[in-house]
Amino acid sequence: MPTLTYREALNEALSEEMERDDRVMLMGEEVAEYDGAYKVSKGLLKKFGPKRIIDTPISEAGFTGLAIGAAMYGLRPVVEFMTWSFSLVAYDQIINNAAQIRYMSGGQFSIPIVFRGSSGGGLQVGATHSHTPENWYANVPGLTVITPSFPDDAKGLLKAAIRSNNPVCFLENEKLYGYKDEVPEGDVLVEIGKAKVRREGSDITIVSNSGSTHRALNAAKQLEAEGISCEVIDLRTIKPLDFATIAESVAKTNRVLIVEENKPFAGWGAQVAYQVQRELFDDLDAPVHRVTSIDVPQPYNGRLEQAVLPNEERVIAAVKEVLA
Amino acid sequence: MPAADPAVKNGKTNASSRLPNLQPQEKINLFRQMLLIRRFEEKAKQAFTQTKIKGFCHLYNGQEAVAVGTISVLNEDDAVITAYRDHGHALVRGTDPNACMAELFGKITGCSRGKGGSMHFFDAKRHFYGGHGIVGGQIPLGTGLAFAQKYLGTNRVTLAYMGDGAINQGGVHEAMNLAALWKLPVVYIIENNEYSMGTSIARSSAGDPLTKRAGAFDMAAIQANGMDIDDVRAKTFEAVSLARTESQPTLMEIRTYRYFGHSMSDPGNYRSKDEIEQRRQSDPIELYKTRLLEQKVVTEEALNAIDEEVSAQAQAAYDFADQSPEPELETIYEDIFAPEDQIPEFRPDLREQK
Repeated sequence: MPTLTYREALNEALSEEMERDDRVMLMGEEVAEYDGAYKVSKGLLKKFGPKRIIDTPISEAGFTGLAIGAAMYGLRPVVEFMTWSFSLVAYDQIINNAAQIRYMSGGQFSIPIVFRGSSGGGLQVGATHSHTPENWYANVPGLTVITPSFPDDAKGLLKAAIRSNNPVCFLENEKLYGYKDEVPEGDVLVEIGKAKVRREGSDITIVSNSGSTHRALNAAKQLEAEGISCEVIDLRTIKPLDFATIAESVAKTNRVLIVEENKPFAGWGAQVAYQVQRELFDDLDAPVHRVTSIDVPQPYNGRLEQAVLPNEERVIAAVKEVLA
Repeated sequence: MPAADPAVKNGKTNASSRLPNLQPQEKINLFRQMLLIRRFEEKAKQAFTQTKIKGFCHLYNGQEAVAVGTISVLNEDDAVITAYRDHGHALVRGTDPNACMAELFGKITGCSRGKGGSMHFFDAKRHFYGGHGIVGGQIPLGTGLAFAQKYLGTNRVTLAYMGDGAINQGGVHEAMNLAALWKLPVVYIIENNEYSMGTSIARSSAGDPLTKRAGAFDMAAIQANGMDIDDVRAKTFEAVSLARTESQPTLMEIRTYRYFGHSMSDPGNYRSKDEIEQRRQSDPIELYKTRLLEQKVVTEEALNAIDEEVSAQAQAAYDFADQSPEPELETIYEDIFAPEDQIPEFRPDLREQK
């Protein structure tokens, strides 16, 4: 199996889907001549030309709305936000138009569109550039929210997202673009709405996504040396939430820790915790615990930012607290 | 209302083809469409005061020549998208008045299955892309319709309407820049009825006329008298021709006036009864009626008969809406997601968030 970076896996997904369907096109800031701010679209302009790989002015509301209109008309646009932090300028278009037009029209229009780009903190770019907004979008009916953690899922889920007939928010993680791993060759799709057990274990279930999956896996490795066996679930899709996979794991471990980069108030983990206590109460041997970002704006200073983000030390401490 | 100054067109070429002269029956049809909107809206007003229509209800009375005149120069497969004062546009596109009224009543027989309401009419079959509630939010969408029309090589065009209040929204300017930059076949139509809700244009918008906003994008611009349907048609035809033959956008400002409040909930304290009375003197339907009679296209009796017909249509729409069933509660969960045909369908149990 070939080894690709997360970035290269995304690039392959875009390239393969554009080859497959002429109605798929990519637009966003710097996606064409600059090859993408994070080089995800590298080489695509050369391959597909300026009709389908389109540099936009810095007008997120304008080009996002334009792409949604084009999707209403039958195109299948992929919109790149240089970072999801900039999607806030286009929030109205995503929420009021992409997510709700199908419902408001009584099902007359579908919006086959993918919004994608980098997200997450840890790069010392300050509060405006470090948002992790999967929970904001997951709160809106009509949107599908995907946050891949590994190159194979980045490719397989992006291909599936592009083939979906519904609006998808696809949040990549800025810190993972260079992460290398095996990716199956060819036209392999990953099912949307399906979590994956990335590490099997018996003492505790850690539910995580995106960069936090890597934090959880690193913590699990360290805890193994101390004789603690962690099962790590990578949600992959935030919404729809694959609760069945969580339930199956909790039936075995009877303990749950959630690790997410969202701020604590109404992060996606709050929803998971609610469902666990509501539906799996009898399985639990300890209260559900969460490690999240700290409830402050993202600081620039590296030491401060690392303390704000969920980190392995906090994950390890939380696991021990649940097992105590 | 002065005739539009060709100089405001920013040097864009004038599309060469000419607006074809209308046959008498076509003129009568324009009159009929305007009067149908007027009678439909009167019926909606009545139903609102009877509390059969809830929420917001923005009436089109006074502005009829804009929707009828502009859409009359389109082909059937061109696209139309507008804001929340959308009843007129849907009716002119050919959406069944029964389905329009039923939507206002929130019934399952409505043009959006009772899920959209007054502000969110849609009719995909008639290329009517809504009915949008957020001021200016539909303008990037309309620009995208035109983008797709060009991308797919359709030779179709889009009319994207907004009120005068929308012209101060950032997204409108972003979209106009994109349309000019990428040469998209879209006609932006400002229906300038002089008030964004209760704020007069003098208190909301710097720069007069509003068509000057197009200058920054080197975009064609043209003004029309929204009380004169022939002027609306002539000017829109120029803009549509420019879009269709040269794939160039135009910003149109059509000066009009609404007779009733911003919505039915508006007491209208920001303008005088005298002002409204004075503006009603240049009523677009009366003006056109006088013209048709002068041109001896039709007799007064025939026009009165049309009035009876469209009044009966509006009454029938009211009756249809009133008698239509409420949506079943199960429909709450319908129309959220399009069926998937290229990937596995998301499991329905996952879609119901608890």
